[in-house]
Amino acid sequence: MTGIATHWRLIPQRYNLVGTRCSNCGNKFFPPRDICPDCRRAGNIEEFRFSGDGRVYSYTVIHTPPEGFEFQKPYVLGIIELAEGPRLLSQIVDCKPGDVEIGSRVEKVFRKVIADGREGIIRYGYKFKLKDH
Amino acid sequence: MTSRVAVIGAGITEFGELWDESFRSLITEAGTEAINDSGIEGEKIDALYVGSMSPGLFSGQEHVSSLVADHSGLKCIPATRVEAACSSGALALREAYLSIKSGEMDYVVVGGVEKMTDIASNSAAVTLMGAGDQEWEAFKGATFPGLYALMARRHMYEYGTTLEQISQVSVKNHDNAVLNPKAQFRFRVTLEDVMNSTPVADPLRLLHCSPITDGAAAVVLASGEKARKVCDNPVWINASSCSTDTIALHDRECVSRTDAATRAAREAYRRAGIKPQDVDFAEVHDCFAIAEIMAIESLGFCQLGEGGRFTEKDETSINGSIPVNTSGGLKGKGHPVGATGIAQVVEAVTQLRGEAGKRQVENAKIGLTHNVGGSGGTCVVHILSNE
Repeated sequence: MTGIATHWRLIPQRYNLVGTRCSNCGNKFFPPRDICPDCRRAGNIEEFRFSGDGRVYSYTVIHTPPEGFEFQKPYVLGIIELAEGPRLLSQIVDCKPGDVEIGSRVEKVFRKVIADGREGIIRYGYKFKLKDH
Repeated sequence: MTSRVAVIGAGITEFGELWDESFRSLITEAGTEAINDSGIEGEKIDALYVGSMSPGLFSGQEHVSSLVADHSGLKCIPATRVEAACSSGALALREAYLSIKSGEMDYVVVGGVEKMTDIASNSAAVTLMGAGDQEWEAFKGATFPGLYALMARRHMYEYGTTLEQISQVSVKNHDNAVLNPKAQFRFRVTLEDVMNSTPVADPLRLLHCSPITDGAAAVVLASGEKARKVCDNPVWINASSCSTDTIALHDRECVSRTDAATRAAREAYRRAGIKPQDVDFAEVHDCFAIAEIMAIESLGFCQLGEGGRFTEKDETSINGSIPVNTSGGLKGKGHPVGATGIAQVVEAVTQLRGEAGKRQVENAKIGLTHNVGGSGGTCVVHILSNE
């Protein structure tokens, strides 16, 4: 895992879905972007907080996890299309893998993501759960 | 500016879990074979390019441009390492090609290498995830099989592609690998073997995934004028193209397509003045079985969404209408990530010289290579010809 500062500076985004929008064209970005790819230097980027509602665009069940995620397997990983448009990657929790479908409605929850060993920092962030479950 | 660029020599190591071989022994073996094959003296070589994804994390070694020049005995020549994840090899080839095209260089050697088995396989998986977005994919517990599984699921949903069709890619590529003495997996697998192998990331299973591999490959390039003088059977690079896309999969317009490949292919066909149906065979980036299905769609060998059915009809087998991955592909031959893009070109050269033995494509005149970095953030396409 990366250093403590990496996580610390991403806390607003990872805890509260604070992304960005371009006030020039209206495009919204999560994960956030510092430059609007359509307007570039003519764009004007400002903070934008997403509602946390969305739908499942695609999903998988991870049976062979990376280092640090072993104890969570199997877990559902999905691409979520947020109600405001952008897509992000997240675990989908509080359900059985078979409950998730493309199109399922989901909402953001706040969860522990990974711990750096027994005495390292615990990193928190968003995950999603099924809304109609 | 030089008008054409040719491959005048090619070399490749055995691919596999090669405990006796190191990063430097692999690349020097491939490079020496390529230079021997070209017939030119090492003193003539103007520059060296090497593609390698992550020697720093796989072996603790950076600055491999100097290391490769040093240990290959190519004293003092300019050397450049190129990195674009699993497309490092083809991108290094492209830089070498452009250096000759510019008129600055006459002879350039370009290699690709990865030594992946000096660390544990779960550490290798984390290293490979460096090809994705660390902050927004890896942090969430994503793996590369997981990202390709998200593409597979969407492809199945949008086009009705079946797991049997996806699995057929692995069956075919293992069949081809049996005919390649350098391949890591020289054995056949059945559709049942693939469908019943260990689940990795639904719907993908172990036998849908390319392996962790040690290996290296190298080619010697020459300007057209020099190539005609020193080589009886030059293989011409008729086009080299590259396109990029978002680093994170979720940021793509659509995850059931590989748009960087579509753009790179369109540009390569335009530059070579050919159409997809003119291609006699292709080496494509089947890091996961679904990737080959999306590749043949992006390359225009079949319609978008038809890749699964096209594969099921055996159109991509050695005797099919467009043989794909005669080498065994990444699945059967193995996938030492930085070496793969060059290894694909070595297979194309072998085919275009008519030296592919039992896996020879009859009357092969035009070959295409398709090398992808990460989940599709980079795609490099080369078109080669023996005419």
